[in-house]
Amino acid sequence: MTNTKLRSLDDLKQKIEQESSRKAEEKRSVLIVSAGTCGQARGSLKVIDSLEKEIQKRNLEDRIAVKITGCHGFCEAEPNIIIQPNNLFYQNVQPKDAEAIIEETILNGQVIDRLLYREPGTEETTLAGPDIGFYKKQMRIVLGDNEHIEPIKIDDYFAVGGYSAIAKVLQEMSPEEVIEEIKKSGLRGRGGAGFPTGNKWAFSRKAKGDKKYIICNADEGDPGAYMDRSLMEGNPHRVLEGMIIGAYAIGADEGYIYIRDEYPVALKHITTAIQNAEKLGLLGDDILGSGFNFKVHISRGAGAFVCGEETAMIESIEGGVGVPRQRPPFPSVKGLWKKPTNINNVETWGNVPIIINKGADWYAKIGTANSKGTKIFSLVGKINNTGLVEVPMGITLREVIYDVGGGIPENKAFKAVQTGGPSGGCLPAEKLDLPIDYASLIEAGSIMGSGGMIVMDENTCMVDVAKYFLNFLRDESCGKCMSCREGTQRLWEIVDKITTGKGKMADMQLLEELSIAVKDASMCGLGQTAANPVLSTLRYFKDEYITHIKDKKCPAGVCKELITYSVIDENCTGCLTCKKVCPSGAVSGELKEIHSIDREKCIKCGACLEACNFDAIKVE
Amino acid sequence: MLHDQTEFEDIIQKHPQEKRSMIPILQDLQAKYNYLPPVALNMVSQALDVPLIDIISVASFYNAFSLEPKGEHQITVCIGTACHVRGAPLILEEFERKLDVEAGHTRNDGKYSLDSVACLGCCAIGPVVVVDGEYHAQTGIRDAGKITKMLEKKEKTND
Repeated sequence: MTNTKLRSLDDLKQKIEQESSRKAEEKRSVLIVSAGTCGQARGSLKVIDSLEKEIQKRNLEDRIAVKITGCHGFCEAEPNIIIQPNNLFYQNVQPKDAEAIIEETILNGQVIDRLLYREPGTEETTLAGPDIGFYKKQMRIVLGDNEHIEPIKIDDYFAVGGYSAIAKVLQEMSPEEVIEEIKKSGLRGRGGAGFPTGNKWAFSRKAKGDKKYIICNADEGDPGAYMDRSLMEGNPHRVLEGMIIGAYAIGADEGYIYIRDEYPVALKHITTAIQNAEKLGLLGDDILGSGFNFKVHISRGAGAFVCGEETAMIESIEGGVGVPRQRPPFPSVKGLWKKPTNINNVETWGNVPIIINKGADWYAKIGTANSKGTKIFSLVGKINNTGLVEVPMGITLREVIYDVGGGIPENKAFKAVQTGGPSGGCLPAEKLDLPIDYASLIEAGSIMGSGGMIVMDENTCMVDVAKYFLNFLRDESCGKCMSCREGTQRLWEIVDKITTGKGKMADMQLLEELSIAVKDASMCGLGQTAANPVLSTLRYFKDEYITHIKDKKCPAGVCKELITYSVIDENCTGCLTCKKVCPSGAVSGELKEIHSIDREKCIKCGACLEACNFDAIKVE
Repeated sequence: MLHDQTEFEDIIQKHPQEKRSMIPILQDLQAKYNYLPPVALNMVSQALDVPLIDIISVASFYNAFSLEPKGEHQITVCIGTACHVRGAPLILEEFERKLDVEAGHTRNDGKYSLDSVACLGCCAIGPVVVVDGEYHAQTGIRDAGKITKMLEKKEKTND
């Protein structure tokens, strides 16, 4: 029945059943290789190639299958392989390991110890993926299917019950009932602002107009965040299914996916998914004989952060410069080509089929009073288990960073965690027990945002972090509002002055005053939240600002103008390594003699620090 | 640099001749020529009946477009937050020295373009450097020198 158009709900149900039993009857060992963008960057395609060659060489095609999936979330362990039926988890697999995996593990049933995951600190090994500390506290209701699906195969999505939510909606729910169900679930926008999704849908449903649009915001622009990329790469049909349900509820017959230009793999997978769904009649006219029509187009972003803002995105799809529009009217009333338009983020759409399948009551039991369900975070920066984590709302920052994330590498001290991207803030150690929900994060001076979670240690300078975000924002400000265009520039100039030792104590107050002006006088979210990184670092790390201003020192050793490099005599073995890598000839000393650094010649490039094997370079 | 104008015409004609096609057309041109040739922009303006100044405005607004030709080799250093806290700024500076070109520019001899990008979304393996489309994971300061040498070697064998 592959590729025949599904003409009715019964056809769809039969298809789902057929593919589910095909999966259940799989008798072969399956090697599931994670091959999202990160996996590919770490060589997963070469691993797949060598596994396939090994299987062919031994004529084992009928006993072993290789499955190429999207991201499993555990980026630190890429390329990783899950071996079914036992869920054995091998990490950092290299092409040369293929022979051993086939010979020892598949044919002889032996575990290869060197490929097992070791918990940071204890070095204990774990056999099965779900038992690893990284996965234990996660609740992967949105990302979990990534392991079971070859993203370019629609049949794999059917095999995990995919598109059954469409069947349910078209068979037994009116558009209003769908909206009620989403409202009851408590789902809030996962793109940043956290607006209740059901209410947003209701506005668009009620808006007058014979033509309505929905948009999937896949312009994931926050630096340090890649949740949406991973979902689109690994399970594009989940996003499409959510969109089809949303279009049905709102009464839209056309949708756009506005996808970031920097995501080629996601673009490829979502394009294939649309084509396959069209072939099977899940998109197009008269879907499953229900009379409901819905088409999806792709609109590629062209690299502008502000286009993540709803009205700027609409301008961009219409073909112009992506600058925000004054609201009201809101897009739900007057959006794309002046028609009512509903915009939701990728992860929000991805949650919709689950709510329909499992019910709003089930969903609303997960999380806190005002934040329901799970949230996907990209846990990155100075953290042992870097990766994408999906956790129930209400979990504490400490649990995410230490239990899931395995803590800070090299036993360094935790300094801050940054959430919410350039609109968010940095939270210090005393906030580690904060439960993650929309309200608590705002109260602490940050926001949930789209899900970036960047961990910082003692070697991260908080003034430099504030400068980093301001530099990003002054570059990405579209320039329409003077307060944002000039304000972000001026904020950056002041912080830059502080990092170069030219700051004054009065600058801190000026920063606060200017921040309020930028916030109050800017039209869109970019300007309104632009000052958050400054305000939150001033709130929690004022001492660091003062040290930069008064003592002209950067305690973290980051701000170039305020630091010097020197050799720690006791640790130096005179091995010449730093002398060899120094590009400016600043290191002197002979073999087996203690070296020294000429401060006049030193350009503070950091090469000696990186190269030294004996901790003999000091930055202060 | 001279290009065949019929090629421009082919690219433009692939899309509906409306304003909404402007960005997709510019993306196709950028993908093919690595920059937006001025003659092509004039043709887009005429085909879509959009003033040239609006085309330039879009072309200069979005980071994906370049109004100047790019070098033979494209080196992009990710300076997203995760890469930043792991030392990406020092790597970018080292590339500036090794390649002898400022970030955001193309070297005079047209060999190398060095750019920075605010996040490629593979934060786990940062700092990330992309060289002619190939991702280099967990790079350090010294990798700038190694990558430069590799590119120079390639150049020599090409000569």
